[in-house]
Amino acid sequence: MPHKTFFWFIFPTGLAMILFIGLPIVSSFFQSLHIETQQVLMEVENCDPFGCQTNVRVDVEATDKLREENPLGRFNGFGTYLDRNHLAFDEIGEAWNSSSSMGEFKDIVLNLPFYKALLFTLTFCFAVTPPVIFLGFIVALSINTLAKIIKGLIVFGTILPMIVTPLIGSLVLFWMIDSQGIIGASIQILFDDPNLSLKASSNLTWITLIIYGIWHNTPFAFVVFYAALQTVPQDPIEAAYIDGASRFQRVRYIVIPHLYPVATFIMLICLMDNFRVFEPIIGFSAEGVAQSLSWMIYQDLRNENKMLFGSAGATSMLTIIGIAILLTPVLIRTWKEFRTER
Amino acid sequence: MKKLLIALLFSFVSASAFAGSHSPCGVTNGSINILANEFTTYRIFMDEVKSCAGPDADFNVTHSVDHNKLQVAALSANPAEFSAKLVTNGSITPLMNDGLIRPLDDLVAKYGANLNENQKITIDGKIYAVAFMANAQHLWYRESILNDLGIDVPSTYEEVIAAAEKIKAAGVMPNPYAGAFKSGWNLGQEFVNMYLGHGGEFFKSGSAQPNVNNEKGVAALNVIKKLTELSNPDFLTQDTNAVKEEWESGNVALMHVWNSGAASLLDDEGDQAIKADTRLAPSPSVGGGSKPATTLWWDGIGISTNTSDENAEASFRALVGAASSSELANDNPNATVWLIKGYTPGDTAGPVVDAANRGATPYPSFPHMSLMHGALSSELVEFLQGNESAEKALADVEAAYVAKATEQGFL
Amino acid sequence: MDTRIHKYSKQLIIINSIFILFWLTISIFPFIWTLWGSFKVKADFFSRAEWTYALSGFNTLIETGATTTVKAYIESWTEGEFWRASMNTIIVTVSVVSISLFLGTLGAYALSRSTYKYTFYILIAALIFRAMPHITLVSGYLFPFFQLNIWGILPTTIIVLVAINQPFTLWLLYSFFKTVPKELDESALIDGCSYFQAFRYIIMPVMWPGVVTAGLFSMMLAYNDFTVTALLLNQENYTMVPKINAYLGTVEYGGNYMWAVSSVVSATAPLFMIIWFFQRQLISGLTAGAVKG
Repeated sequence: MPHKTFFWFIFPTGLAMILFIGLPIVSSFFQSLHIETQQVLMEVENCDPFGCQTNVRVDVEATDKLREENPLGRFNGFGTYLDRNHLAFDEIGEAWNSSSSMGEFKDIVLNLPFYKALLFTLTFCFAVTPPVIFLGFIVALSINTLAKIIKGLIVFGTILPMIVTPLIGSLVLFWMIDSQGIIGASIQILFDDPNLSLKASSNLTWITLIIYGIWHNTPFAFVVFYAALQTVPQDPIEAAYIDGASRFQRVRYIVIPHLYPVATFIMLICLMDNFRVFEPIIGFSAEGVAQSLSWMIYQDLRNENKMLFGSAGATSMLTIIGIAILLTPVLIRTWKEFRTER
Repeated sequence: MKKLLIALLFSFVSASAFAGSHSPCGVTNGSINILANEFTTYRIFMDEVKSCAGPDADFNVTHSVDHNKLQVAALSANPAEFSAKLVTNGSITPLMNDGLIRPLDDLVAKYGANLNENQKITIDGKIYAVAFMANAQHLWYRESILNDLGIDVPSTYEEVIAAAEKIKAAGVMPNPYAGAFKSGWNLGQEFVNMYLGHGGEFFKSGSAQPNVNNEKGVAALNVIKKLTELSNPDFLTQDTNAVKEEWESGNVALMHVWNSGAASLLDDEGDQAIKADTRLAPSPSVGGGSKPATTLWWDGIGISTNTSDENAEASFRALVGAASSSELANDNPNATVWLIKGYTPGDTAGPVVDAANRGATPYPSFPHMSLMHGALSSELVEFLQGNESAEKALADVEAAYVAKATEQGFL
Repeated sequence: MDTRIHKYSKQLIIINSIFILFWLTISIFPFIWTLWGSFKVKADFFSRAEWTYALSGFNTLIETGATTTVKAYIESWTEGEFWRASMNTIIVTVSVVSISLFLGTLGAYALSRSTYKYTFYILIAALIFRAMPHITLVSGYLFPFFQLNIWGILPTTIIVLVAINQPFTLWLLYSFFKTVPKELDESALIDGCSYFQAFRYIIMPVMWPGVVTAGLFSMMLAYNDFTVTALLLNQENYTMVPKINAYLGTVEYGGNYMWAVSSVVSATAPLFMIIWFFQRQLISGLTAGAVKG
């Protein structure tokens, strides 16, 4: 395709992406390199319905003057990336020097917000993705064997967890796993422990979040696998059947290799989405024991009265780098395929 | 199809907008667009503002749970998207920091004749907001349970803990106390209450340096820890709503939540036996202090700097009309504690008035307080789970705060 | 063709049926529960005392005189103005799906037909774009949007949703176009068609199933989105999900939970119907296109 034609075809979508995603990424990056100008404080007398008292406020005029001189703020280099709420190199160095054992060092590092979040993010990512691919594949295989008449209905039921907005899905589930809720109470009876609470212990909360993640993501893997199953060529299967291969062998040596590229695609999307895990943490009120990188960004942007763009920008950049590292193997493969195709 | 839908929608809206032609507050021109939090009392208030502006007025309101995130961006633009914003002593500081709300002295002089003196929020000698309601957290108890065990209504947290232990020991209920300890804003708020109750100061005087890692901070944390031990083991996931659910299900005998919950806690839905047994009490003091360990909050009106004087005047007239309407207050006496002139407090307003009289501290409105609150929100959890000491937790809070405050240019 | 190959042993059929039943229970149970509970009062559905109240409607009977009630539905649709939110959702969804598909098919077609190196870099850039957390993007939009005075209106939100969804649509459609043989449009080009004509009259008809699939995913995004709609729309233009969140209320003040629950059912019902309607196209679409990583 000539460059000019290509350009006009890609122009609208490219423009939309550059304007609404590309530019914000660049601007977040610049913001993360800067910190706010010095805020000039002054003491004032405040009076409200409950009486008067001396308080501090920002001297708007003086601060505005400073801001006009430096509209982007003070340049800080990678200072924000390295501070205590992000990579915390100073704190880690100090911990390395002061701690007497590896265990103590590990405890100090995992108490730092970024590493705490990274630990959960990676655990979630790697605990959820393989079961999702495996379960999605098994469900697709099972449903593929059913009679045509009931297939539609069952496919419909299966993709339900993906359809309903996570905001509400997790709200209802959260109530169900309460120790007085239907699932929570049943689990108490099952384990014969009236004090068992899924929300109280951090291990159980992590397990709950992971199970929710699997439940919510499996339908996506299922849909793609199910579709790909329809494209498996029938000839080699028949040939294998005639040669006396068992059902398991036929799946193992013919169907699975055919599905490898699809599995890669699912893995790519799943790893990326799970690395950005966020909604279930809010939905299950699990902020206390499970924090992810996306949750840290949310905290910087939504839980303060003022948005901390620099800090959020830094965490976002680190998230993108994390995802890029995770996806490197897949990308290298795609590159090789692309090269051979040419 | 889309156009048709829009047209239909538009005709519906405009049909209802041009139905009459009278403005009780004398709003003649200028458009009114208000940003506000989302909850029932604000809706009642906004209905009054709307009827005050009259059916002809160009009147819009956006109730958003995310109002705090929108306000700075929305009011920074020139002209601002919103001509007015409902603020609290928590959310007014970012607007003050950037000079986004205007002084109201001239407007108050012109239209504020019916305001109480204490409704005027004065900062550095200028009126920046007009308050219309107040709120605070305070103690709630189950009268019959306390009576059965011969417990007096607790007036200090030490008594609260003793009472809860007694109820637990008597086998009445396993987790007799409840508070909004959900990690995040709620947990931070509990610490703010308890620390102020101990007489603590969040910052070294006159600066933005943190000052929570001290004896008072440790004492405050230890009281919170004792309370959580008497609460449902899920306490880290329980916000105010969840606590109220526990209360309405009869699982709790003592709790410390917002006065604004009275309307739903005492209404005619749910178990009436529990509701009839529910009593409100003043907020307890702690650690031998005299003032109650709670913070006072007000809600009020702020007018945007970056809006035309015409819009500002129209918005102010409509809002102040509602903020000085004694009918509004007396028609809904239990919706909240109104600060409006001529309001006869309802049965549930007592604890808030009491807290104000006993010298409870208003929520601190330092420009950097929200950063401190944010640090408290996320760094105290490990202490309550028993994974680290109180000193370590408070040191973490200070470190997290310093990183944020540096980024924001306060340090 | 040998039909015995598709015969299954009895054991396999039994194991398979049990597995599917088990799986279905897990995936649909929460929704059945929500549907049932939406006809109860809050004290039953969210009971902290006894979960069986949600089944029996113990408090519902006391409060309303019957064991089921449609009060929440009526109130949320009238008093809660849910009708307005659903209208906005229809506008947003229809626009997002059509614009997104239009831009996506054009771009993906070009990517699949060009052999220059830059196509690969564009695809990688799209992946990196997809990695950016939405919340950061949306917060960054606020200042410019307020300044340009385009905050709060539906078109802004629609364009943002389209842009955010483009990387996924591009990748999905790209893999579909890859499966359409190049000879098809090349012969059209030789016959004197322009690239656009070849795309419009030769490729699009074959690609219909792939487009349906991509459309469904866009639709689900537009329908379910919360991050974008909650921060970029004003009261009048709220779509269903931020509206439902508004019913849940805030920290200091309780909301109206049953409105939220009944609205969830109201919001999900049409989605079910659309999925039901498109389910065949979705599957057959994927089949014809054969997703290839």
